Amino acid sequence: MTAVPALSVPALSVEDLSVEFRTRSGVVKVLEHVCFSVDKGETVALVGESGSGKSVTAFAVMGILDAAGKVTSGRAMFGGADLLALSEHDLAEQRGRELSMIFQNPRTALNPIRRVGRQIADVLVRHGGATRNDAPRAAIEMLKKVRIPDPERRAEAYPFELSGGMCQRIMIAIALACRPALLIADEPTTGLDVTTQAVIMDLIGELAGEAGMATIFITHDLALAAEYCDRIVVMHAGHIVEAAPGRDLFAYARHPYSAKLLAATPGETVSLEQMASIPGGLPDLRRADLPACRYSGRCERRLDQCAQPLPQRTVGERHVIACWNPL
Amino acid sequence: MLNLLLSRLATAIPSIVGVVIVTFILTRMLPGDPAAYFAGLAASPQAIAEIRTKLGLDKPLPEQFVAYIGDLLHGNLGNSLSTGQPVVTEIATRLPASAELTLFALILAVAIAIPLGVLAAVKQGTWIDHTCRIVTTAGVSLPVFFTGLLFAYVFYYLLQWAPAPTGRLDVFLSAPTHITGFYLIDSALTGNLEAFWGALSQLALPAISMAIFSLAPLARMTRGSMLAVLGSDFIRTARASGLSPRTVVFTYAFRNAVLPVITTLGMVFSFLLGANVLIETVFAWPGIGLYAVNALITSDYAPVQGFVLTMAVLYVVLNLTIDFLYGLVDPRVRLDS
Ligand SMILES: Nc1ncnc2c1ncn2[C@@H]1O[C@H](COP(=O)(O)OP(=O)(O)O)[C@@H](O)[C@H]1O
Ligand SMILES: [Mg+2]
Repeated sequence: MTAVPALSVPALSVEDLSVEFRTRSGVVKVLEHVCFSVDKGETVALVGESGSGKSVTAFAVMGILDAAGKVTSGRAMFGGADLLALSEHDLAEQRGRELSMIFQNPRTALNPIRRVGRQIADVLVRHGGATRNDAPRAAIEMLKKVRIPDPERRAEAYPFELSGGMCQRIMIAIALACRPALLIADEPTTGLDVTTQAVIMDLIGELAGEAGMATIFITHDLALAAEYCDRIVVMHAGHIVEAAPGRDLFAYARHPYSAKLLAATPGETVSLEQMASIPGGLPDLRRADLPACRYSGRCERRLDQCAQPLPQRTVGERHVIACWNPL
Repeated sequence: MLNLLLSRLATAIPSIVGVVIVTFILTRMLPGDPAAYFAGLAASPQAIAEIRTKLGLDKPLPEQFVAYIGDLLHGNLGNSLSTGQPVVTEIATRLPASAELTLFALILAVAIAIPLGVLAAVKQGTWIDHTCRIVTTAGVSLPVFFTGLLFAYVFYYLLQWAPAPTGRLDVFLSAPTHITGFYLIDSALTGNLEAFWGALSQLALPAISMAIFSLAPLARMTRGSMLAVLGSDFIRTARASGLSPRTVVFTYAFRNAVLPVITTLGMVFSFLLGANVLIETVFAWPGIGLYAVNALITSDYAPVQGFVLTMAVLYVVLNLTIDFLYGLVDPRVRLDS
């Protein structure tokens, strides 16, 4: 864990973000009133079960939602502008240069029929990071930076000739080529073996630290989040239920869902044998009568009050929860 | 890449041999007696028998087959009974007419279908997408000879916009100097504007009929393939990197989407080779399709065999070209071999 920076200046501040998907089987209210921020130089983890809306949050901020997805409310303040209000053209100028993203499944996230060096060069050329003539050399420099052995030869390779870990390094090189101020890494190590996982996480942490970059690290693995992040934001079914510095969350999680999530995470305090699974599943987000608290259906601490709109309670320094009956 | 092509060529040889055997047997099984036809209606049985001996048709089939193979190996496809000319020369002079028509139709179809399919996918659900759907539905539901007849009726007979459907060039014009055998190219090269326009106006109706027919599968495949690729992970990466819409659509999406389109192109081309026979008949186009039809009617073996063999070779060349294009676009194919 790195120390919390003395001066906290938000690099990205997401306020009241709501996203809906219009599908054939109805409107899916995937995100509702999502609020969180990331400071300059800070690493924030966005954790939650699969399907809780972590990727959608990232896509909404990046402006790369599917056509079916609509932002229905909110702002995403970044560098003095609201990303959600920018035109597609202006946003595209920022993407890849000021804010970048790394995806899950590095093998499919790269263009299968373009040499990886070219793919890095494309981004550099697009954002003025290099001229067309210099771009190949600059791409090789980036490959060196993400510690790919024999970069001159690897630049000429196609993704299918590289391992998953190598492909993820290429993704990182693409994302960081133009020195962005914010990096969103969406489950960057899911699907990689444990050793490669650690190497990739260390690489992201190191490069982000060097550049003083703000990082959002999306994962369903609390242990990984605790190891690499300053703060943890817990998400459940499109709501942010708790946000706290990592240490505080592990010491005293206040939201019943975070507590269950912690109990389901093998780590210092819980062994694999003791691991509890969280009962129930995510609610069906297509329902018209979704409860105010989307966790209430699975919650052992539910009160009558829980049907009221959720409160935002500050329970410690930078520690907020959305719950009527916290632990 | 060269290895890939050579190995494909090697696998094509058995099919060519198969075609040689099958066409030989089929032509011998066709109803009709070429000797009787050749001798004419009034000929006596002796005259017919004499001709049969002269043509070698009185020999047992295996012996005829050996003689046929021997000729083939010398590049001799026999002579046409009706014209007395060697089949090789006749096919060689008629092939450019068919090739010009087919290629022109294919280029026309590709030039319309691919942009239409790409636009329909990029602007899904807009009027251009609906246009694409109408065009593809119309294309598959109109048989090519019907479109041909309809066009000839409307544009020549009713409107008089197009010249009479009587071949490659108006009878009053003389053919351009032979360079490639393609009238459009030859007349353009020699600066013969009159012949160029003449050839183009004759070519328009049959080529458009064939283009409409091949447009549908191409546009449909382009649209479907583009949609699939546009929804894939690496396109999201490209967008997340801020690459311009042009780069995303053409450099990233289209190059990936073009692979199944190439396969469809090969299929469409082989359909067109077949459709040639119909269109050439409707428009009296002096190509190999019409040649084969006439030979078939008169039980003239040699030209039919020559035609089928030419087609088989064209299919092999076509498939090699498709493999080559595929390897050119997709490194995975190139490096696998
Ligand atoms: N294109 C889409 N159409 C409809 N629903 C979607 C779409 N994309 C995501 N969703 C829904 O949004 C929810 C959150 O998805 P996602 O953000 O991918 O979850 P995760 O936290 O695992 O990243 C899921 O319930 C999913 O069904
Ligand atoms: Mg996800």
